[in-house]
Amino acid sequence: MINVHNLAKVFGTKRAVDGVSFSVERGEVLGFLGPNGAGKSTTMRMITGFIPPTAGTVSVGGFDIVANPIQAKRLVGYLPENAPAYTDMTVYGFLKFAAEIRGLKGDARNAAVNRVVEMCFLESVLHQSVETLSKGYRHRTCFAQSIIHDPDVLVLDEPTDGLDPNQKHEVRQLIRRMGQKKAIIFSTHILEEVDAVCSRAIIIDRGRIVANGTPQELRQKSDYAGAVTLRVSGVDAAGVTQRLSQLPGVKRTAIIREDAAGVTARVFPKGTANGELASRVGEAAQGWKIEELHTEEGRLDEVFRGITMPDTAVDKKVEEKQ
Amino acid sequence: MNTTWANIKTITKRELAAYFSSPLAYVFIVIFLLLCGFFTFMVGGFFERGEASLVRPFFDWHPWFYLFLVPAVGMRLWAEERRVGTIELLLTMPITAWQAIVGKFLASWLFLALALVLTFPVVLTVNYLGSPDNGVILCGYVGSWLMAGAYLAISCMTSAMTRTQVVSFIIAVVLCLFLILAGFPPVINLLESWASPWLVDIISSFSVITHFDGFQKGVLDLRDVVFFGSIIGFSLFVTGVIIRGHRAG
Repeated sequence: MINVHNLAKVFGTKRAVDGVSFSVERGEVLGFLGPNGAGKSTTMRMITGFIPPTAGTVSVGGFDIVANPIQAKRLVGYLPENAPAYTDMTVYGFLKFAAEIRGLKGDARNAAVNRVVEMCFLESVLHQSVETLSKGYRHRTCFAQSIIHDPDVLVLDEPTDGLDPNQKHEVRQLIRRMGQKKAIIFSTHILEEVDAVCSRAIIIDRGRIVANGTPQELRQKSDYAGAVTLRVSGVDAAGVTQRLSQLPGVKRTAIIREDAAGVTARVFPKGTANGELASRVGEAAQGWKIEELHTEEGRLDEVFRGITMPDTAVDKKVEEKQ
Repeated sequence: MNTTWANIKTITKRELAAYFSSPLAYVFIVIFLLLCGFFTFMVGGFFERGEASLVRPFFDWHPWFYLFLVPAVGMRLWAEERRVGTIELLLTMPITAWQAIVGKFLASWLFLALALVLTFPVVLTVNYLGSPDNGVILCGYVGSWLMAGAYLAISCMTSAMTRTQVVSFIIAVVLCLFLILAGFPPVINLLESWASPWLVDIISSFSVITHFDGFQKGVLDLRDVVFFGSIIGFSLFVTGVIIRGHRAG
């Protein structure tokens, strides 16, 4: 549904987006990750046709956004960053306007407004002016606007920003449900959202795509992926390190906590991870009192930091914090 | 073509509703009517003239009223969209920028038409007191509305230049003031003292006063209509260029 090819945007001397290519099909929810100022919003603005690209192409449902903007825009629902809405209108008036400008008339328009009001829980503020709404309601009003024409493609720029935990949960559920039938791109910097909602994630940094895969695949890139964490008591740190380091297939062992109650150690595998390491560590720990033993899945936040801040020794930093 | 008009209509409807949901519309209309009444009957010497005509006492003031009132109506059109960020919604809807520009302009212009229509008691008064040529009065109204449209298109353009309504207002007032002064008799007299007549003619031909004069006298000259029409067309065109410029970064 969405095809982005070699997209670039230059503001003055700054390359905000620099050769981004990806595609999203129906039934996919693509998470768009990246630090602030990485080019997420700029990319989304180009996909929705708000700003023209400096180079490269975007096509939505086969229509080029520059050559056939009207046809392409018809297929897209867009929630801009900060969820702007006409403050001088009521929620009902605003949604009616959004439906009309999308070409819905009469009964079809009323049905569409009723549908999104129900989906986004807006009944209680329907006749209130947008100006007086709380941030959560305003956000949902703008979100309602983006799905009023039941679009095939949804572009959501930080859809859960500024919502309370319950509302965040609702919006995620909504995105996941709609993702079964639509092509959705949404940006976020909340990593747990990626796990909760996305079928695929892209990490973008300084205008370039630096990682692209399922959340599972991304997590595999973490140093932690496959590492075994062990907590034992009745032995000192030196003893633990010594015995674990000699196991076959172990790259290194790190002590992450040592106190009166026991020792927590993390064993990193050599090469790719496999399930055997945990059992080997378990065997090696014979004689100690094991309180905890598990294989790490890898952490998105650590992958994220490792990719977007390559100059810092991520591993060290994480360990120092713990 | 059908969808074009449907889109323009939708935008116009929204903008009109926006005027009346804020106090601006009511304040504007009240001030405009008060000014019209006061200047016509007190300053303009409507009664002292003893003639059944609205030319001098009523329409003469319009270029000056509009100087401050029309930029106040037009200043929010784009500046507010940019400040709040709704421009991003508007321009990602399946409409062209032209439809949005024309829709917004039409809404404000219709609003000004309403304000003009509400001055009808002046027309009733002059009809009650004497027997004026109502054709001339109608012609004056048409000219006044066209002139308001020209000011409005300029305000629309300055509104697209900035996020701040006040800045937009000030630039629009300065530009409109130029359009007035270019044909204002004291300025023309001053120019005549040193400039050659052809230059004075060119300068005064840029003035709304010169072109409004014909309408006031009941002469519907195509050249005057074209003058106001081309100011509107040109300003709206520049508005489109400015908006495209913002998006191109």
